Amino acid sequence: MASRIRIRAQLKDDYCEVKALMRHPMETGLRKDQSGVAIPANFIEDVQVVHNDAVVMQAYWGAAVSANPFLGVRFKGGAQGDVVKIIWRDNQGDSGSGETTIR
Amino acid sequence: MSKGFFSGLLATLVGLWSFTAISETDGVFDEYRELMGDDNPAIFVIYDGEEIWFTPAGPKSVSLAQCDLGLGPGVVEGAYAQLPRYFSDAQRVQDIEARLEYCMTHLQGRSPDKVRANAYSQRGELGTELEALVAWIADQSSGLTIAPAQAHAKERSAYTLGESLFYYRAGPHDFSCATCHEQTGRRIRLQALPNLTTHQGAAAAYSTWPAYRVSQGIVRTMGWRMRDCMRQQRMPELIMGSEASVALQTYLSVNGAGGSMAAPGLKR
Amino acid sequence: MQTIIRICAFIIFSSALHADESYNVLLNSMVDKNFVTVERLKQDELQAFCSQPRSATVDEPRAAELREAALKGVPTPPGENYLGDWQRGEKVAINGRGLQYSDDPDQANGGNCYACHQLDPTELAYGTLGPSLSGYGARGQNPAMLEYTWTKLWNTHAYNVCSHMPRFGAAGILTTQQLQDVMAFLFDPESPVNRPQP
Repeated sequence: MASRIRIRAQLKDDYCEVKALMRHPMETGLRKDQSGVAIPANFIEDVQVVHNDAVVMQAYWGAAVSANPFLGVRFKGGAQGDVVKIIWRDNQGDSGSGETTIR
Repeated sequence: MSKGFFSGLLATLVGLWSFTAISETDGVFDEYRELMGDDNPAIFVIYDGEEIWFTPAGPKSVSLAQCDLGLGPGVVEGAYAQLPRYFSDAQRVQDIEARLEYCMTHLQGRSPDKVRANAYSQRGELGTELEALVAWIADQSSGLTIAPAQAHAKERSAYTLGESLFYYRAGPHDFSCATCHEQTGRRIRLQALPNLTTHQGAAAAYSTWPAYRVSQGIVRTMGWRMRDCMRQQRMPELIMGSEASVALQTYLSVNGAGGSMAAPGLKR
Repeated sequence: MQTIIRICAFIIFSSALHADESYNVLLNSMVDKNFVTVERLKQDELQAFCSQPRSATVDEPRAAELREAALKGVPTPPGENYLGDWQRGEKVAINGRGLQYSDDPDQANGGNCYACHQLDPTELAYGTLGPSLSGYGARGQNPAMLEYTWTKLWNTHAYNVCSHMPRFGAAGILTTQQLQDVMAFLFDPESPVNRPQP
């Protein structure tokens, strides 16, 4: 249950609907901890949705996005059994990915 | 690019921007909920819950598939909306958590202490088995009418008890549930407070738990909400599935009876 | 006459039983957590009296007794010095921590005033369970107002039995110094509470 990305990809009418939940603190860099020390900025900067081997969506995120971002994307051209993958990279160089097959 | 071409793309991404408007409702959070539409990160937890229900576990290595939630062994659809209720095998009124604990200990042979100790996510945890089960079971009552059983004498006395606990003031701050929840249209800081003594307030609150808490990134249950309200009242820790927890939830569900279940909800 | 007395006795007796039942259920339904023990579930006289719906009929003579008792217990601040430092008082008003089992017992308790009251009109995150106190200092800084407000903070039931407000002084939630500072936050003309409305 503790994987860093949860993904669901479902074929609907003529498009594929992807929903994903990413585990990430998305720290803005403006918050302070209890002892008053600034918490360093730590947020996802780049996120990609990959269908088979092609990038179908790429987004540049910033500190305004909430913690544990929830992403919804629709794209055309998917078929049942295809692999959908989500990859993110944050400002500290950390990255995460997860994949599923289209249902 | 062979298969990956696409003609339409829609990305929705929701984050909290800034405080723009303040109202007597949930203010900016209502806008957030609206932006999310039917989307709720709880969907992933619901899937987990369904899987857990059918997975053998415990010393007896059996699943919960034969667990009776009040509508017969294994019947999940519609069961949540009729809880809390009296169970003759347990000889007491139970909410979903007390009932799951009963099934885990009696069907699966697990230790009740361990079940209770791992019930709710601790700081930093990403969801527990119980939270996932409750999310799925509640989802199986989504859209159905809140109709807790009140035929049995013990179900009715659970309501009366719940009502008196609701008004019970104690602790260093003299707080009770009623301190925050017996008036309409009030808020604490920016958080709107439902009047739980009215049908409308109780239905709105009861129907939307369990809920995905955006601030915590996990699904929380109604039982957890009771415990956390007690913490905020400066009381000791409320035991999951205890008589007080069940009675308070009975008070809320009966006050909210007739409302429509919409759980898992989405909350700040 | 005898019947009436008997009925009264029955009502008092049955409500006492009821409170006992609630207490016993809570005692069996809760456990100690960190520094918070089940000892807190025991009600004092006032808490027991105030554990009923707003709509319930109030036993006026009893309420008067409790009001008197609350008033008697309010001390005068040392040197009759009601006003401390409004800047420290503001911090107390903002701080919502203290006495929850999730709180650090070594830190000073907060007053959590903003949970229920509007104070500094530029602070948007205020609650509405209690009345707005913005501009409170405009009500004047005479001895009667100082004494009234001090009493209200120390033990709200001295004026309003079964008010929802905590007994910040009488219950030991805030120290005398903290209360003097909150008083200054309410009364000082320099305090943001008394800034002109935007």
